[in-house]
Amino acid sequence: MDFPILTTMMLVPLAGAIACLFAGNASRVIALGATLVTFGLGVMLWANYEIGGAQWQFQESYELVAGFSYALGIDGIALMLIMLSVFLMPICILASWEGITKRVGEYMAAFLFMEVLMIGTFAAQDIFLFYIMFEAGLIPMYLIIGVWGGDNRIYASYKFFLYTLLGSVLMLVAMFWMVAEAGTSYIPALMEYPFPGGAQTWLWLAFFASFAVKVPMWPFHTWLPDAHVQAPTAGSVILAGVLLKLGGYGFIRFSLPMFPEASADFAWFVFILSMIAVVYTSLVALVQADMKKLIAYSSVAHMAIVTVGLFAFNVQGLEGAMIVMLSHGLVSGALFLCVGVIYDRLHTREIERYGGLSINMPYYAIFFLLFTMASIGLPGTSGFVGEFLSLAGIYQTSSLVALICTTGIILGAAYMLYLYRRVAFGGQKNPDAAAMSDITVREWAMMAPIAAVVLWMGVYPESFLAPMRADIAALDAQIAAAAPASDAELAAGDPRAEAANAIEYDHAEGEGH
Amino acid sequence: MIDFASSFALVMPELLLTAAGLILLLVAAWGGDKLARPVAILAVSALFGAGVMTVPGLHFGVDGADTYAFGTLMKVDSFALFSKALIYLAAIGCLIVAPAFFNSAAAGAERGLRAEYPVLVLFATLGMSIMVSASDFMTLYLGLELNSLAAYVLASILRADQRSAEAGLKYFVLGALASGILLYGMSLLYGFTGGTDFASVRAGLEGELSTGQLFGLIFVMAGLAFKIAAVPFHMWTPDVYEGAPTPVTAFFATAPKVAAVALTARVAFEVFGGQVLAWQQIVMFAALASIVFGALGAIGQENLKRLLAYSSINNIGFILLGLAVASPAGASAMLIYLFIYVAMSLGSFVALLMLRSEDGNLFETFGDIAGLAVTRPAIAWCLLLLMFSLAGIPPLLGFYSKFVVFQATVEAGLVVFAAIAIAASVIGAFYYIKFVKVMFFDEPAGVATGKSGAAHWVLLAITAVIISPLGYLLTPSLTDLADKAARALFMAV
Repeated sequence: MDFPILTTMMLVPLAGAIACLFAGNASRVIALGATLVTFGLGVMLWANYEIGGAQWQFQESYELVAGFSYALGIDGIALMLIMLSVFLMPICILASWEGITKRVGEYMAAFLFMEVLMIGTFAAQDIFLFYIMFEAGLIPMYLIIGVWGGDNRIYASYKFFLYTLLGSVLMLVAMFWMVAEAGTSYIPALMEYPFPGGAQTWLWLAFFASFAVKVPMWPFHTWLPDAHVQAPTAGSVILAGVLLKLGGYGFIRFSLPMFPEASADFAWFVFILSMIAVVYTSLVALVQADMKKLIAYSSVAHMAIVTVGLFAFNVQGLEGAMIVMLSHGLVSGALFLCVGVIYDRLHTREIERYGGLSINMPYYAIFFLLFTMASIGLPGTSGFVGEFLSLAGIYQTSSLVALICTTGIILGAAYMLYLYRRVAFGGQKNPDAAAMSDITVREWAMMAPIAAVVLWMGVYPESFLAPMRADIAALDAQIAAAAPASDAELAAGDPRAEAANAIEYDHAEGEGH
Repeated sequence: MIDFASSFALVMPELLLTAAGLILLLVAAWGGDKLARPVAILAVSALFGAGVMTVPGLHFGVDGADTYAFGTLMKVDSFALFSKALIYLAAIGCLIVAPAFFNSAAAGAERGLRAEYPVLVLFATLGMSIMVSASDFMTLYLGLELNSLAAYVLASILRADQRSAEAGLKYFVLGALASGILLYGMSLLYGFTGGTDFASVRAGLEGELSTGQLFGLIFVMAGLAFKIAAVPFHMWTPDVYEGAPTPVTAFFATAPKVAAVALTARVAFEVFGGQVLAWQQIVMFAALASIVFGALGAIGQENLKRLLAYSSINNIGFILLGLAVASPAGASAMLIYLFIYVAMSLGSFVALLMLRSEDGNLFETFGDIAGLAVTRPAIAWCLLLLMFSLAGIPPLLGFYSKFVVFQATVEAGLVVFAAIAIAASVIGAFYYIKFVKVMFFDEPAGVATGKSGAAHWVLLAITAVIISPLGYLLTPSLTDLADKAARALFMAV
């Protein structure tokens, strides 16, 4: 296809952003229009993506800059993450429709710049272009938290900015080394390049510093609860929905294919951090009094399932990690929207201030329930597919890690159901909460699309897995040789002599009992 | 036999500036301050004309033996031309913003642009022009002192203002000390090598360095470090920057920095090029120390000019990192960094000059710019771009300047130094984002309400466009020019 669709997808929000800077209150409409057009282009992108075709599609390359090139192109993994970004953006704009009253133009412009940079990060095929897009996202996010955030926004914005910056500057030094070594900054070429074993360790650590902060992995996660709590609703949605995915995307695009041996060496390091994250942050989530903080901690726990799946070194693990990322992007985004809906009415995020909302806000309660269940991983929702695949993948590598990470599902059920019971069920103990009206048309328009996709991904995940299958298989083939030893020792058993429910049996030493 | 015709042809820009400076000096002496404005306009035209003269050489790239003028006294190669063009541009920028400042209440008791101001800028620029094309220690010193003497007077141009006088005095005392150190180093080198021109000193330094030669080298490098304000010779910068009138500070932060850095690079490669290992450690230390101290020193500052002084120390550290790499790529990166640094500094100081009250008084503390995004959104957004650019955050062009320097550093195998420097740059980011925090997150102070002239707006807009992502489109031609300049510099190595 000759039409430069990826560049167009970045230019539309860019033009929108510049228009918004000058448009004042009209910028709401401009921003919604720009994000919807971009989403439309995204749908076109998906429709024209040839499953099973070339690994890199929609490639564009221009020599505009000395030192690196403006090269774009996507594979199935990038496609899915771009779809997630462009799908969430119009919803974010809708979520800010009434909540944001001061400096609307600048707010909308910041979001649209964010969209440009997110698409650019996923579509970049030059390692330095990737870095620029990856890092530039700090500026709009810093402004979104700092200008439109809560009471403690300045602390949160500084922490977010400096933490993430410190994480990624070392990655830049590693990139320089890699480009000097391999003689190219083209990502597909770097993915093929065999970096020497000793150097891989250092490179892996430099990239890990950046991605572990972004994901975020325990113990590098402390910026996240602060940033989430202080950010406006839409800021939290984009942070949880897409920005955290940049870390996972980094692992799958750089750390695993470029440094497979180092990844295998450090797999247990990742597993240990992830196991601690699953158990510890779930327990922390259980005692939170602030709804946003609770969901923020649950994000850390869910993203730990992603890192475990990624470093399982097998197809199930990788596919599962990708589906968890997509699912978590939708579900945690939706949960932050649910918090935003009632925050807009009562201006508090204290769980104690609500109660019995299913009586006066039944539709709201249904949506909230659906997203709660999806977060827990109930079969039929997107959360189940991803977590099942991830855990099945990790079981093949280590049954112990699988065992501990599976407790995350139980703990997840505990804190989510506990949250839901306190907010939606029980008596209407607060009169002002009991007087809140049910969701409006605008809020329907935010919730319903996400709910539909969550169910779609839960019932027929093939739509989302199909574009990524070839890429994940290629990645698996590339890293399989370096895979760490498995302790599960799965072996396909011999077929049974007779059916399992045969009445007369002489020998009980078969595979299954 | 010296071929005077070709020598004069090579130094045409300097001749033009000399003639313009002398004529305008007479005009200023007889015409007085009422002719200040025409004098300033003519000075800008002369600088512009001198700048135009550098274009052909820059474009085609000149190096080798043809570039020597007056025997071996001067060397007008691509490297000199690149630095000159940058110096002239910076000087033009600083002259353009000056009248509005001196004609407002900010100038205190001595309101009104004085006619000698443009003349002094012209002479200082001429000195720098000679510095960057010096190929002999005598020429070097001549240019350096011509620049410095004009600069001392510029710093204290507001005679009735105590801060300005103090700045001038401090600058003079410390500058004289630095000149003394430099002169002592030069005399040692002369004594131990028997020559003053760069080529024969270099030849005399072949082989193992004697103690006298080593001392000479270190004294020369220390004297130059004073001039570029690299740690540990940076102490004068914050005081001078704060005390000097803001247009003068803008001048000090741009043109003389370019000249001093270019001079240091030329001395390092053309004189000490055979002894790279002898100075590489010193420069690397100065670079890392400047990055760290420049960042740490800025954190507690309330005064914006003082903060930008520390910021310039921090930036000099990154520039020296390019020098310490001692490769053509490093030198090219250093020149690219200088260009971007000049744009960022000039933009920042112009923005500071635009923060004024109704009656023209300037504001220069953090408290005064609180909430600027609400009251003066255009200036605030430009400052936001400038600050993120200075912090080296992509996609702004300030990132590209750090990009090329770090790339050269890593390619030369100095990965550890690159890692230390880049981690220290995060400390620097702290105070740059404080700028943004104060302007965008805090409640408006609403004091900076004065209008600014079109010249300020144009300059601010130009620098903002250069450092915006659009500036990346400049990088192919900038890299081409910087590579040619670096090649000329390395002809001798």
